[in-house]
Amino acid sequence: MACFIVPVTEAVITTIASKVISSKEAKIEKMELHNDDVHIDAEQKLPFSKKLNWLNNLLWGGSALLAFEHIWHGEISAVFPFLTAAADPVEAAEMFNEMMTAGVAMSVVVTAVWAGMVAVASSVEKRKTKRSEN
Amino acid sequence: MTLLITAFAAVISTVVWYKNAPKSQMMVGVLCLMFWGASLMWLVDAVFEYAEIGAEYFAPAPEKMLNDLYLGLSVVALGLIIWVVILLIKDPKGVIKSALFKKKD
Repeated sequence: MACFIVPVTEAVITTIASKVISSKEAKIEKMELHNDDVHIDAEQKLPFSKKLNWLNNLLWGGSALLAFEHIWHGEISAVFPFLTAAADPVEAAEMFNEMMTAGVAMSVVVTAVWAGMVAVASSVEKRKTKRSEN
Repeated sequence: MTLLITAFAAVISTVVWYKNAPKSQMMVGVLCLMFWGASLMWLVDAVFEYAEIGAEYFAPAPEKMLNDLYLGLSVVALGLIIWVVILLIKDPKGVIKSALFKKKD
């Protein structure tokens, strides 16, 4: 009914977070430009903001396609309150229940998959760093 | 059916991304993540539907299956359109920029 709203909300938060982290990383990179040793180490690692962008793309992309499915099934309308279920109190309660169950589960699964991707990427980076040190 | 079609689209786009990475500037990674995100979300949706209706989930009515097939193909088309729009806006190869500059000259 409106399960995609939960991943969309998460996507908004992660997008803002990635913008903030990205600007902080840019500042740190500028400071590290004077220190060659740290700069070489930083070059081998993918910035966290880029890793967070994977989650942004997963959430925004998935939510956009899911929203299209809701339009297809007539669950989203062009007029207020935009969600057809929100007009009826009984259906609205059902919609909130779906958001709390399926919607939250979607966000958790997508985030868990992303966390796995980050864990794999981090272990590969660590191995690469160890090899370059040896 | 929608989940299946999106999952196939995700796998194919991932293979295309892997084949051309890391030199490619076509931003296929965005397309991959978009389809994987949708596939994961529909997978969760399928699990909830299976928990609700049981084995009946695997035996949909022909009319519903046809509608889902049409929806799945439309979803893939929409995903590709979104990807092309992002590609043209970000213009990693600078094709649009150079075309615009040529016109100005």
